[in-house]
Amino acid sequence: MTEPSMQPPAVPRLALRGITKVYPSVVANDAIDLDVGPGEIHALLGENGAGKSTLVKIIYGVVRADAGEIRWDGRPVSIDSPGAARRVGIGMVFQHFSLFETLTVAENISLAVPGALRELSTRIAELSQRYGLPVDPRRPVHTLSVGERQRVEIVRCLLQEPKLLILDEPTSVLPPLAVDRLFGTLRQLAAEGCSILYISHKLDEIQSLCHAATVLRAGRVTGTVDPRRESAQSLARMMIGKDLPAAAHPEPAVDRQERLVVSGLSLPADDPFGTRLTDITLSVHSGEIVGIAGVSGNGQKELMTVLSGERLVEPPEAVRLCGVPAGRLGPRLRRARGLAFVPEERLGRGAVPPVTLAENALLTAAHLDMVRSGFVRVAQTRAFAARCIQEFDVKASGPDAAARSLSGGNLQRYLVGREILQQPKVLLVSQPTWGLDVGAAAFIRQRLVDMRNAGTAILVVSEELEELFEICDRIAVMFGGRLTPAVSVKATSVAEIGAWMTGLFPAERADATAGGRR
Amino acid sequence: MRLRLESRPEPSRAMLLASPVIATSLTLAAGFVLFLALGQRPGAALHTFFVTPVSTWNGVAELLLKAAPLVLIAQGLTIGFRANVWNIGAEGQLILGAIAASALAIRFDGTTSAWLLPAMVAAGILGGMAWAAVPAFLRARFHANEILVTLMLTYVAGLLLSYLVHGPMRDPQGLNFPQSILFGESALFVNLLAGTRLNASVLFALAVTLGAWIFVTRTFAGYQMLVGGLAPLAARYAGFSETRAVWSALLIGGAAAGLAGVGEVAGPLGQLLPTVSPGYGFAAIIVAFVGRLHPFGIVAAGLLMSLLYLGGEAAQIALQVPYAVTSLFQGLLLFCLLGSDIFVFYRVRRAHRRSPIGGRP
Repeated sequence: MTEPSMQPPAVPRLALRGITKVYPSVVANDAIDLDVGPGEIHALLGENGAGKSTLVKIIYGVVRADAGEIRWDGRPVSIDSPGAARRVGIGMVFQHFSLFETLTVAENISLAVPGALRELSTRIAELSQRYGLPVDPRRPVHTLSVGERQRVEIVRCLLQEPKLLILDEPTSVLPPLAVDRLFGTLRQLAAEGCSILYISHKLDEIQSLCHAATVLRAGRVTGTVDPRRESAQSLARMMIGKDLPAAAHPEPAVDRQERLVVSGLSLPADDPFGTRLTDITLSVHSGEIVGIAGVSGNGQKELMTVLSGERLVEPPEAVRLCGVPAGRLGPRLRRARGLAFVPEERLGRGAVPPVTLAENALLTAAHLDMVRSGFVRVAQTRAFAARCIQEFDVKASGPDAAARSLSGGNLQRYLVGREILQQPKVLLVSQPTWGLDVGAAAFIRQRLVDMRNAGTAILVVSEELEELFEICDRIAVMFGGRLTPAVSVKATSVAEIGAWMTGLFPAERADATAGGRR
Repeated sequence: MRLRLESRPEPSRAMLLASPVIATSLTLAAGFVLFLALGQRPGAALHTFFVTPVSTWNGVAELLLKAAPLVLIAQGLTIGFRANVWNIGAEGQLILGAIAASALAIRFDGTTSAWLLPAMVAAGILGGMAWAAVPAFLRARFHANEILVTLMLTYVAGLLLSYLVHGPMRDPQGLNFPQSILFGESALFVNLLAGTRLNASVLFALAVTLGAWIFVTRTFAGYQMLVGGLAPLAARYAGFSETRAVWSALLIGGAAAGLAGVGEVAGPLGQLLPTVSPGYGFAAIIVAFVGRLHPFGIVAAGLLMSLLYLGGEAAQIALQVPYAVTSLFQGLLLFCLLGSDIFVFYRVRRAHRRSPIGGRP
């Protein structure tokens, strides 16, 4: 094995010098230097918007830098397309997969790798064997889980024998067990001399996997360190420039009522690649946060559209909202009864991109006296938007800023704020901190806990287990359209939930079935 | 040096105002060259095109008469376009409005009742709405594409009109010409300007413009339809009914087009003709977009379009240029207008590079 803690060799495999990229409204990369040695697993760490994606796109030839130099094995190179990057020996696994659902694994790979299908299948099988990446070349991609799809992407890269493999937030879609397996593969690759550039904002992963880390903040390098010798706090400080607060979480109140109850809900999938829901039972009480863990695509989205009223169900009693059968009530009627919902897609679903924040307030908060006899009361919408901007510390020019002009984090603050300011009795939140920087994520978690303490019933769907363990009172796991009973976070562990996420469901836990009992 | 288009972080307000000016200058420059190449004196030709038509009161009246149905229809269509409902069959809805109003005028010919004209207006609006209700139902119920349905119904409407003026609604004393009787006084709008054809029907365009502006900027229903057009998922998330938006969009568009049909038969035509509309229903689509789907922009666009029609006719007569040249010139102006609008959302940057990165070999 290449000893990674050795001083980096004189000639790094990839060296960036003074890479600069300016976009119309932001300097994405400002004179970035970066060295990745042969066989080194190098982390690129930073919040969203720190410039990681832009830098990686420059390395992979998707975007051109305005200034700076890329050296490969010591020689300056010009990488002006992904094709050029692959010829140099750079492979990349994107966060969003680029696979055709209806083709098989081998067919998908043959689109990128030359060779007869039969011979390619053999090579895929060999390679996946060697690196512990089990994939069946004959299976159609739509039958694969997200983790398996990622393996296909990795295998596709490896077949081109890269000398540098770039992975963009590869674990964001994986359950814990699959993460361990991925790390095994990556260590093996590094030991064989392949360099790896690993992009993430998850500090624990970087500490356990990477030999070196370059930290970006606002487009600049704020440090190049050995993450194994740093604490999570010191890395976070480099990343966000300050310490991280954790959400305070007192014991829940005692007298609690059932606010949202789902009983025996089954529903066929509404599109060919959707998930059917099977016998979902769930209850959320006032003053508690219930979390739904699970890898995306296991039915969370479908469940949330049923709870929000975007999809109606029979019988009406399948969903009860504050004691009333609500299965046939549309979103506006449910909001009138105290429901609020933050969807995972912010632009285009949670907000209308080209219109102003004030007009976006009208989307869900119209019932707060913003409409009188069919006419919009503009002053009210602006006042609401201004209040939301102020209370939730949204960085925007004001109520007249277009929703799409906001960064993802600021828009999320606005959307969460818009729903919270309606003082809902039941709050549904999908992926509350997806793509947010750690500072904004901590802020939103704290607001959710505050809401809970004030008596709101909150249901959170998230892929981030740590987040759920930080804020939830009870956690259930969704897998293949089924939901486990919700268990108290104190009676379970990340390992157990992680196992459930892969489909290893509990054999009826006796203590779990009793709804809100703790 | 290479140039490239780059999207602006925010639409440019300055360009929003400057773009029509740039477009006009470009058109004038191109028109100058065009007429020069045709052996005309460019100054005189442009004068004929843009000034002659409006140099008399009669010309102004004709300008308003042609602009009114364009504006009226475009206002109705725009409400649909903003909601992503693509009614391109306003021509057919106009025809149905004209037929419905004419049926009353013919049936009650000779009456002096003051109620005839209001009844004709109501009938025209209902006729247009009924024709638009077919695509609304088919889309809401069966997801049938309203673009195709509205367009096809236009041809049905044209044939229906042709049948009626050749048969049941033909003037018995009309020497077999395919046209209805001339309507009586009580079935016609009052004249607004003596010596011209200008009549009260143009006031509908004004009223509808104002109504459309209030609807899109001030009402919750208008907001809901806008959201449905801009972000259908957000509309679903908010619980705004798509079915309702589809019905409203098509019925409003049909009503406006039907009203325009009444304005024609009870206005300048005074009878039902097989050529009741010279393509207003289709031209209004262009007017809607040149007016940037804004109620007041549409008024300006409608007047411009009308001027282009009149200027084209004047140019054909006075300059003896072929019809194709006037069409070319009209196309030129619309092209420049829509083309300049690109710079509201994009800006031109020089593609520069100082580093070895990305240099093409």
